[in-house]
Amino acid sequence: MSTVSVIYAALFYFATAVLVLGVAYKIYVYAKTPAPLKIPTTPAPLTVAGVVWRMFREVVFFHSLFRGNKWIWLFGWVFHFSLFLVLARHLRYFTNPVWDWVVLIQPFGKYASFGMVIGLLGLWARRFLVARVRFITSPSDHLMLALLVAIALSGMSMTFVSHTDIVSLKAFFLGLIAFDPQPLPADFNLLVHLALVATLMIVFPISKLLHAPGVFFSPTRNQVDNPREKRHLAPWAAELERQSST
Amino acid sequence: MADFEVPKFREIPIIPEPHPGVMAHSKPFVAKEEFQKPLGYPGELVDNWQEAALDKMKDLLGKYRSLRLFLDICVKCGSCTDKCHYYLGTTDAYNMPVARQDLLRKVYRRYFTFAGKFFGKLGIPGFVGAADLTKEVLDEWYSYFHQCSQCRRCSVFCPYGIDTAEISMAAREIMDSVGLGQKYSNEIIGKVFKVGNNLGLPGPALEDTLEGLEEDVYDDTGVHVRFPLDEEGAEILLVTPSADFFAEPHIDGLIGYAKVFHEVGASWTLSSYASEAANFGMFIGSYENMRKVSLRIRKAAQDLGVKRIIFGECGHAWRVAYSFLNTLAGPFDFLDPNYPVPQHICEYTYGLIKEGRLKFDKSQNDHMVLTFHDSCNVARASRMGDFPGGQFVIPREIIKATCNHFYDMDPDTVYDSTYCCGGGGGLLTDDLIELRVKGALPRMEALKRVVEEHGVTHMAAICAICKSQFTKIFPYYGFELDSIVSVHQLVSNAIILSDQKKAEEEASETAEAAETEE
Repeated sequence: MSTVSVIYAALFYFATAVLVLGVAYKIYVYAKTPAPLKIPTTPAPLTVAGVVWRMFREVVFFHSLFRGNKWIWLFGWVFHFSLFLVLARHLRYFTNPVWDWVVLIQPFGKYASFGMVIGLLGLWARRFLVARVRFITSPSDHLMLALLVAIALSGMSMTFVSHTDIVSLKAFFLGLIAFDPQPLPADFNLLVHLALVATLMIVFPISKLLHAPGVFFSPTRNQVDNPREKRHLAPWAAELERQSST
Repeated sequence: MADFEVPKFREIPIIPEPHPGVMAHSKPFVAKEEFQKPLGYPGELVDNWQEAALDKMKDLLGKYRSLRLFLDICVKCGSCTDKCHYYLGTTDAYNMPVARQDLLRKVYRRYFTFAGKFFGKLGIPGFVGAADLTKEVLDEWYSYFHQCSQCRRCSVFCPYGIDTAEISMAAREIMDSVGLGQKYSNEIIGKVFKVGNNLGLPGPALEDTLEGLEEDVYDDTGVHVRFPLDEEGAEILLVTPSADFFAEPHIDGLIGYAKVFHEVGASWTLSSYASEAANFGMFIGSYENMRKVSLRIRKAAQDLGVKRIIFGECGHAWRVAYSFLNTLAGPFDFLDPNYPVPQHICEYTYGLIKEGRLKFDKSQNDHMVLTFHDSCNVARASRMGDFPGGQFVIPREIIKATCNHFYDMDPDTVYDSTYCCGGGGGLLTDDLIELRVKGALPRMEALKRVVEEHGVTHMAAICAICKSQFTKIFPYYGFELDSIVSVHQLVSNAIILSDQKKAEEEASETAEAAETEE
């Protein structure tokens, strides 16, 4: 096996470990940190089923963002929905045989990459053109967009310009999953694409990309509006109560 | 009138360009030792304030998921940037909700995240939006975390529900804990601990005031409407903001509550020990102080042996009452389980209206054309009634039952999109008057539109802070200072007291008898 293959195999084991363990750790922290007070942004649902519906509208349709700003919503939603299709399409490189529904969305997943780029460029343009957004933008915000655009473009170059050896690529990833590393085609576009994806995976748990798992833990969105009916008490608040009553 | 420029009404509400730092000079008076100590905070900025502030931040990060999560997950999309009334009114870039949060977030990133520590060591923390905690940063905190009224408008439009109020509360708690407290809020909390209310109005003075009110109402209506204080065995404990005891137009609201209780023969009382609905512990983000203030209400309810607790018209107070009271001072298993604890006076009055137990002469309010200002914390942090959004419907139904002329303002400025009055969250102090005037701009613009389109003459509200704030800032925008009214003032004007008819009949009989004698 070539040095490049060994490096990439190691890189993806490392990136996967960082992504999985890092995100798992963050989710653990969010889950165990109490929300001591009832703070849903009202009007809020009165039942758990209502909260599930509210969260569904937020995660799938970006409902609050739609109310907040139509341009950000448009670019943001187009990007995320496209990303979803593209990621789903990529499952074909990790499954054997390929699941039926993945086969079905293949064409959509291919062209969704354009949606990704358009969405990202729209969001990026706002960081330059809108003074308010320019003010709140850090270098790392630009870099994140650059990274995603580069991932999309390098991927598209293989889909639409010059194909890579997709059969060997799939063998490489199935090999990684089976802990039986296989050689990786040393194709420039592919190596760039994979290096950038690994970078994204590593950056994920230490960056604002945490919004993906984080949104589910947001107390202003995931709490039921029932404070008068049901007493809500955090463990540390209960401890405080015990101490002050003795 | 002012040593600053009052913002002009925008013909078309174009979002202003950001101007960083134009409100950096706006800072409330710092609390002296005498106001810090009773709350358990150091009297002045401690020597090792950096260390102490970071320790406190760590403590809060472990206690509040909202803080930890909101500091992590903001993607800087910009949806909130034009939602804050203080941004729209001052154009200061740091009054954009995300920029305000970033003042705390940059310190969080620097000391509590891998990215911030890593790039901090490289000497370029700004690359990932991190920054060292310096005296300049502390000054920014003091200035800009006292330019947030914790109204939650930003959280409505955030894709993750990030609520700047949570960040402001944490920042104020951190500042308090290193000895940099705000005089206005901390002095007031001290008064509650010592006397029982924000105004420092002692029991005897309260009793005098209430007796005076009984006389006023009697002179006005010929009916003995009672304003009971500390009556053991009463069924209902009314907890109302202390401004209701003396300020205009608050007091007319209090008269309205009393007339409603009187009309249905309810047994009720006020408490001198818990003579304050507002809970400034929330403004400074202190669970402990908020709890101590809340426990006074529990104790008053137990001591007086009441069966129900009803809150008067007050915004942030209703948030603490509705959303937090059960947590802070519950369980209220000693009260009548047939009623929610606590209830809002509007829920109570609305229930009676639906039962047909109150009669109104709407023409008594015909000299006014009304609109309604949804108070921020009622709108976005609480509820009334048994359905989501009852907090919008119920006060409007009361207004419509008591008035003939009512028009809502622009839909983008009411319900859960309502703008704060500009004085909430511990900012209702004269040392912040410039901020208060400027922050009221979006509400004033919306009001001006209904004034021009529908001839609106008065705005009704259900919050003591809103009422005081508007009374103060209306003249800056060319409105009459008495154009703000309490919702229960409208009830008071229109309610037909059954006793009043009797009293009037008796009075006319006596007059007739006197005439025949002559």
